[in-house]
Amino acid sequence: MIALRSPFALTWLLPPVHDFRAQVKALVKDSSHPADAIRNLANRALDLNQLGLLGKAITARGDSLAQTSLRPCRLGIAATHTADFLVEALPATGVRHGLLIDTYQADFGQAAQAVLSPSSALYNFKPDMVYLALDPFGLGLAQPRLDEGGGEEAVAAALDYTKSLRDAVHSTAGVGVILQTLPTPELSLFGSFDSCQPGSVRWMVQTFNQRLAAEAMKPGDNLFDCAALAESVGLSLWHDASRWHAGKIPFSLDAVPLCADHLCRVLASARGLSRKCLVLDLDNTLWGGVIGDDGVEGITLGQGSGDGEAFLAIQNYAKHLRMRGIVLAVCSKNEDTNARLPFLKHEEMLLTEDDIAVFVANWTDKASNLKYIARSLNIGTEALVFLDDNPAERERVRQELPEVAVPEVGSDPADFLPILTAAGYFEAVSFGDEDRKRAGMYQANAVRASEMQRIGNMDDYLRSLDMECSLRPFDAMGRARIAQLINKSNQFNLTTRRYTEAEVLGFESDPAFYTLQIRLADRFGDNGMISVVIIEKGESDWRCDTWLMSCRVLGRRVEEAALSNVVAAAEKEGAMRLIGDWLPTPKNGLVEKHFEHLGFEFVDDLPDGGTRWALDIASYKAPELPMALAGAAETVDALAKAEI
Amino acid sequence: MTRSEITMQVIDLMEDVFDVDDLEYNDALTAADIEEWDSLSNIRFVVAIEKEFGIRFANSEISDLENVGAMVDLILVKKT
Repeated sequence: MIALRSPFALTWLLPPVHDFRAQVKALVKDSSHPADAIRNLANRALDLNQLGLLGKAITARGDSLAQTSLRPCRLGIAATHTADFLVEALPATGVRHGLLIDTYQADFGQAAQAVLSPSSALYNFKPDMVYLALDPFGLGLAQPRLDEGGGEEAVAAALDYTKSLRDAVHSTAGVGVILQTLPTPELSLFGSFDSCQPGSVRWMVQTFNQRLAAEAMKPGDNLFDCAALAESVGLSLWHDASRWHAGKIPFSLDAVPLCADHLCRVLASARGLSRKCLVLDLDNTLWGGVIGDDGVEGITLGQGSGDGEAFLAIQNYAKHLRMRGIVLAVCSKNEDTNARLPFLKHEEMLLTEDDIAVFVANWTDKASNLKYIARSLNIGTEALVFLDDNPAERERVRQELPEVAVPEVGSDPADFLPILTAAGYFEAVSFGDEDRKRAGMYQANAVRASEMQRIGNMDDYLRSLDMECSLRPFDAMGRARIAQLINKSNQFNLTTRRYTEAEVLGFESDPAFYTLQIRLADRFGDNGMISVVIIEKGESDWRCDTWLMSCRVLGRRVEEAALSNVVAAAEKEGAMRLIGDWLPTPKNGLVEKHFEHLGFEFVDDLPDGGTRWALDIASYKAPELPMALAGAAETVDALAKAEI
Repeated sequence: MTRSEITMQVIDLMEDVFDVDDLEYNDALTAADIEEWDSLSNIRFVVAIEKEFGIRFANSEISDLENVGAMVDLILVKKT
């Protein structure tokens, strides 16, 4: 079944784990530190019921969570409707935002009494913030006031009432309140004219909303813009008349997870827990294509194509974030010089190098690079948001650094920005001079990327990818793709020799050549053919004519699988050495040390700056690889048969 | 969809919503029999059923239900 994206969905989060209830149960029984496990569960798109279950577990483990990095938050709630479902969802949602929320809700129908009476249970709870969940009914704005001046009078009275509740909280508990705007009621009395007619419900609600922030908020108070949330969902979906009539439930229960998330953003932001830095991948995130392969002219960016404009929109928004004080960084698997090219040379690039406080382009794993970025900026990794189109990179970062926010952005660049913003990572409760200046501050100590130590357990990660690598000789089926790779690959390409499809056919049928087409699949999907090897067989020396690989699978040890396959074949035919050349081009600096890394000995310098390397086949030991190899043995067998 | 198929799905939902393992189901079960079944979880239960079966109940339909069996019957009517 194809599911259209629901406007209620927490699109940026992964779906819940399948054994959710069992994991929650284990959590309650387990006596060890449960914070990480709870965080991992909460970081999923949980539904109403799951939020409730996890919330209970959090309450049950409250004592052991108090000593963790979760920030305690005691939220008092005074609602003029049934807020119970929202309240139930808050503890689990809060963990997603770094909060350990404890709630007290005033009894149904007792909101005003609880707030106005200093000795009420609401104040005995010792809240550090009080959420005034008011609605048009509780504020006297639900009935039209068509008498002269009636609308203005009703709005003024509603604002006064709100202010009196706020003042009571301030003076009794000495803490701030959260005020909320009112979702526009769905019913209309006049139609479009509602907005022209003072006293229509729509006019009163909208006027109240406009005046609320300016007139009813004092320092320490925060605004929850529930009206904006309801509009983004769609009012006809947000409102659910049946639930309102049955139990004074103010909006569709489908909206509870989303509403809870938005409310928790405000709570977290008020405690300084919002994210501070947006880390951007480059290829297929800020532009379409691979800069190292496609070059400045070949990448997709800018007016004239849908994708090009989508990437532009991401850059535009990133610039706006920077203006409001969010720090931008780059983390890309690329040669540094290649990565900077579009910033310097592409006319439609909006982001400049100056916008990027830390620019990291190398081949180290991204989790390590993110740690480096955080260190350079002197912030914690929990302040980072990491935007990357590649699901394997996202998964790797989530495994290594669960505290980094990594939105699930899908595969269409047009979705990247809406999903990033829907996640609300950069929620703010204020904006001031310091924010305006911050970007420039970081710019002053902009850090240039440097080669980094590899941290984190790479092998564990690779094993978790469930990779399957297939290695087969050239054949008719793969011929077109082989020719395409041979003519397109620039970075991971040892000799950059280009061959036509006809020439590829020649290698395929010539017994003097040993050929490999390599495919890689992992649990995120099939990468298709990603590597091509052509070896010229000799009596004693086999020479590497062509060896190339797509950079998408860099760091997956595919080149080791290829080498082990080639050596096995060469050994079988009695060869002694494998010879490889690196022929430099402006784009293949990445593989300058390729043969050295694989254990080859340096033989000679070549004219034009290249190098020649040799591997002694007798002393080669095949490594243990974190992937299943398919077709390798049968390749060798087929070859042996062909010899007969 | 048969009545027993619907019942199996309802049992799964009840275990999730009321947080009980291995529910000993019979058609006569009511809120009094299950600890976690209160007025709030009852609404969650109704919402979960609506979502699972792609149906919608009028308030009057659910306020009259005597037990789970009656709920299953109502789903059956709506699904056929």
